[in-house]
Amino acid sequence: MDLADVHRAEYGRCVATLTRLLGDIGLAEEAVQDAFAVAMEKWDTPPDNPGAWIVTTARRRAIDRLRRESTREARHAEALLLHRRDDEEVGPVRDDQLRMVFTCCHPALSPQAQTALTLRVLGGLEVPEIARAYVVPEATISQRIVRAKKKIRDAGIPYRVPDASELPDRLPPVLTVLYLVFNEGYTATAGTLLRTDLSAEAVRLARSLAELMPDEPEVLGLLALMLLVEARRGARVGADGELVTLADQDRDLWDRELIAEGHAIVRRCLRRGRPGPYQIQAAINAVHTDGAATDWHQVLALYDQLLTLTPTPIVALNRAVAVAEVQGPETALAAIEDLDIPGYHLLPATRADLLARAGRVEEARAAYDEAIALAGNDTERAFLAGRRERLG
Amino acid sequence: MHYLLGVRIDENDLPYSDEEMAASFARVGAVNDQMKAAGIWVFGGGLQPSDSATVVRVEHGRTEMTDGPFAETKEQLGGFYVIEVDDLDAALAWSERLAEACRVPIEVRPFEGIA
Repeated sequence: MDLADVHRAEYGRCVATLTRLLGDIGLAEEAVQDAFAVAMEKWDTPPDNPGAWIVTTARRRAIDRLRRESTREARHAEALLLHRRDDEEVGPVRDDQLRMVFTCCHPALSPQAQTALTLRVLGGLEVPEIARAYVVPEATISQRIVRAKKKIRDAGIPYRVPDASELPDRLPPVLTVLYLVFNEGYTATAGTLLRTDLSAEAVRLARSLAELMPDEPEVLGLLALMLLVEARRGARVGADGELVTLADQDRDLWDRELIAEGHAIVRRCLRRGRPGPYQIQAAINAVHTDGAATDWHQVLALYDQLLTLTPTPIVALNRAVAVAEVQGPETALAAIEDLDIPGYHLLPATRADLLARAGRVEEARAAYDEAIALAGNDTERAFLAGRRERLG
Repeated sequence: MHYLLGVRIDENDLPYSDEEMAASFARVGAVNDQMKAAGIWVFGGGLQPSDSATVVRVEHGRTEMTDGPFAETKEQLGGFYVIEVDDLDAALAWSERLAEACRVPIEVRPFEGIA
């Protein structure tokens, strides 16, 4: 384990703990960065409990720094720090991290701010990394983060874990942020298809959330969903960078360990009997990755359940793919006839596939053209163009 | 912390009959009572329609007054509350009750300071 690994693993936790001690994310980040700078000079190899070392050092550096400053805020933060002398040696605390998750994903922050803040503060990603991942200027990300931290401070967004009665409202935005980050890494909206870093980061954050909230089945469901999708990454893009659909994927390229882990979590969720949208999506992906071929009857039954829980056009569209397998393309086409999802290329793409399978070649070609015009990245455009070519 | 809870109303779209108005007053009155009982109430009140407003400007020692609100926007401030609670979550929870009672959006803003 070198310093970069420690930074990756401990940054978010240390900032969360220092935020409790200092009452402000910005001050906490400065203190933790100071401590890592000290570590870079002093460590040959990291100590046994590097997180505790960083927290202790950061706390001391924060006191030094605050003593040099004489603003009202600095005096307030110093008073907080000195008041809590007794927990100096504790190191990162799990509850601190959980508090920070809910602060970063607070519904009073915009979804974009939630995402940027989560990656920066919890994930420890640097601003240029986040900017690169989202293909937006660094200044944009930087402003989003600065503004979000300012709002947290000025509007009095608290550092606290919502109580049980609030969780139904407060947990979904947290899961949404992690899933958005994961999807952004999986199907980049611009440029090339896969951005491994973001997906890996989302999986890491979901794992840590599952450790922090082991009794929330939807958290487990989200983690399992990510693992089962992630497991197929190696098979999803061919030798020339082209997209390979599930049916054509080389199953030997799937990651067996991730699949086993995902299946185990799905079984755990089933035993609890409190289904939710993420758990059902995980179960669908479990069926896809079980045995040599997909059991489409099971997939369709799960989509029926999902559509009842979340009756959105996107779920209806995904369900149509299962309908086509079980009841044929014409039935599936009828099922998506009335769907309207502006700007979403997978609607015409799915319609094109179904039309092609129903032998309606001219209509299929037109639908592929529509999909190609809407597709956001080169890999998907090339894939759709290839499909259209094969119509003959 | 002190928070302003602004009641945003569209003055052109107040479809209240007398009965609806009375029911609305009763709902809002109940929330007002809850706020007072919880000890968070600082101030609150409803405003006359925005056409009763006057904007006062002083430029180069000259006072100018204009009839009507500062900005002619669709949504105007229909009334406001000032409450004192621990944090934004508490302010948002009260705003939820208020929005439900008033059936219009509530804008929550923290005070920078109280004189």
